[in-house]
Amino acid sequence: MHRPVNQRAWLMVLPVVLVVSFSAIIPLMTVVNYSFQDFFRGQAIWVGTEWYVDILTDPELQAAFGRQLLFSGLVLLIEIPLGVGIALCMPKRGVASSAALVALALPLLVPWRVVGTIWQVFGRGGIGLLGVALNALGIDYNYTGDPLDAWLTVMAMEVWHWTSLAVLLAYAGLQSIPDAFYQAARIDGASRWAIFRYIELPKLKGVLMIAVLLRFMDSFKIYAEPFTLTGGGPGSSTTFLSQQLNTIAIMQSDLGPGGAYSIIYFLIILLFSYVFYQAITNIGKDNK
Amino acid sequence: MARIDLEKLAHSYMARPAGPADYALRRMDHVWEDGGAYALLGPSGCGKTTLLNIISGLVRPSEGRVLFDGEDVTDLPPEHRNIAQVFQFPVIYDTMTVRENLAFPLRNRGVPAARIRERTTEIAEMLDLSDSLDAKAAGLGADAKQKLSMGRGLVREDVAAVLFDEPLTVIDPHLKWQLRRKLKEIHEQLRLTLVYVTHDQTEALTFADKVVVLYEGRVVQLGTPQELFERPEHTFVGYFIGSPGMNFLDCRLEGGRALVDGHAIELPADVVECAGAQTGALRIGIRPEFLRFAGEGERGVPARVLEVEDLGNYQIATVEMGEGRRLSLKLDEDTAAPSEGAELVFPPEWTKLYADEQLVG
Repeated sequence: MHRPVNQRAWLMVLPVVLVVSFSAIIPLMTVVNYSFQDFFRGQAIWVGTEWYVDILTDPELQAAFGRQLLFSGLVLLIEIPLGVGIALCMPKRGVASSAALVALALPLLVPWRVVGTIWQVFGRGGIGLLGVALNALGIDYNYTGDPLDAWLTVMAMEVWHWTSLAVLLAYAGLQSIPDAFYQAARIDGASRWAIFRYIELPKLKGVLMIAVLLRFMDSFKIYAEPFTLTGGGPGSSTTFLSQQLNTIAIMQSDLGPGGAYSIIYFLIILLFSYVFYQAITNIGKDNK
Repeated sequence: MARIDLEKLAHSYMARPAGPADYALRRMDHVWEDGGAYALLGPSGCGKTTLLNIISGLVRPSEGRVLFDGEDVTDLPPEHRNIAQVFQFPVIYDTMTVRENLAFPLRNRGVPAARIRERTTEIAEMLDLSDSLDAKAAGLGADAKQKLSMGRGLVREDVAAVLFDEPLTVIDPHLKWQLRRKLKEIHEQLRLTLVYVTHDQTEALTFADKVVVLYEGRVVQLGTPQELFERPEHTFVGYFIGSPGMNFLDCRLEGGRALVDGHAIELPADVVECAGAQTGALRIGIRPEFLRFAGEGERGVPARVLEVEDLGNYQIATVEMGEGRRLSLKLDEDTAAPSEGAELVFPPEWTKLYADEQLVG
């Protein structure tokens, strides 16, 4: 069979190739390049996989990775169920639903740094509303000194800032369920729990997977909020991966280890995202 | 199973309806017999779904009462009314198997497990779902899903009525016919009171014992399919039922006969008697099946044949009478329409008179 060959098609792809090269591939390759070398007095020395071994075996970095996993895990465990719960309680239509949507969207509009600053002031023992109130109740609360308090504050801030995203996604998912399903369930004599379990939850599966993916990626990359709030402390109890990378690569200008760190970090996020992506695209296929 | 009484029932979606036009359903009084199969037939927006939702309890009527076996259920929500409803689009519980779906209404009401098993097997058999009883419901095809929805409606034995809201809209045409027959069979077996909403006349006429024709929020006729065909009580019924619909001609009465463009058309004597008091606009109506061409030596109203359409086992002739008065006429497949000098015969027993759209006599 004769197939027409048209090499000009390559020209059409060229602009994209160029843009992507300069915006992603070349910078990424530079980082890869750094990660295999040591820079010392302007000289670059090939060190192979030494930085990778260093990073992967450094107990401090392992601890940060553990904290990061714990943080993202808690974020998902709290924000997704809470988001679904709030979405279920929201008015379905009318002015009240618009008002609720606007109120919920507000935290999403606040920049990360500002969120950190708000909570930093809010939680201060001497001046912040939360800090003063808790101390007045006789609770010994001090997020700058006590690691647990610091964690609780970081989690509260994160939940305040991002639960709305889960709410909005779940709300949109709930709105798309036709009324007939609820009517049928009423006629079938289903309890409120059964309606949630057998109608709402299965119909929300898709949007919830997206919410999980978005919240996981975002929380795994978190930087500005905890850094503004606690500076990673007390000690290194709230130091997450991004902050540590920043310390190595920017503050200490260790380009080699910084490069290796970046690549490992990137690969972890890529791996998790791939797993989630597979889960989302295969959703519902098992029962076909 | 129950008898359904609609007492002075009316509904408006507005808070303070001013005139009859604000009502989605005008006042009606009806008794639907226990174990009957009723079809609510009418065009979109005529109020048939509103009426169904009032019976199921999803909508509370603004006026009047609904009684099941003499018991007032007007204020009861659907879950306390003991009815089942099947919706236009299949409603199934995705994560459950077919059997679990069928069992769901029974389980929620605390029916013993052994009885549930028996009953779901029975219903699945009736609907040809036995093979997929243990399959996930989400994996079924569109028509099997709708059969499953119907099954959930039919599975309870104690229901007062099973309501269907255009359940065959999503089904392929050839399966439609099959499912309709299935439903009819099930009705004969279980003798449940069935109420079936549709805008498809074939569906209504083949399924129901009694058809309720709704038009602009009014019940214009409640009758057997035969009554709807032979004695349409409202011009809308004549026009809506039958394909093509009834022919209508403006007329006036003179000397015991109807005059259309100066041509006299005979009417039965009792009709003429009743019509004496009528003052509204008069029309005569005749079904294409009853209108015929005059034979040898017979006199009729002169007309021109415009077109003859062959529809396989019969033909539809379009004829013109006077200026622009078009009529349809049904012919056997091998009868030829006269090419010239055609005359139309209106058999008096099938010629109906309407005053202000209502049947006279």
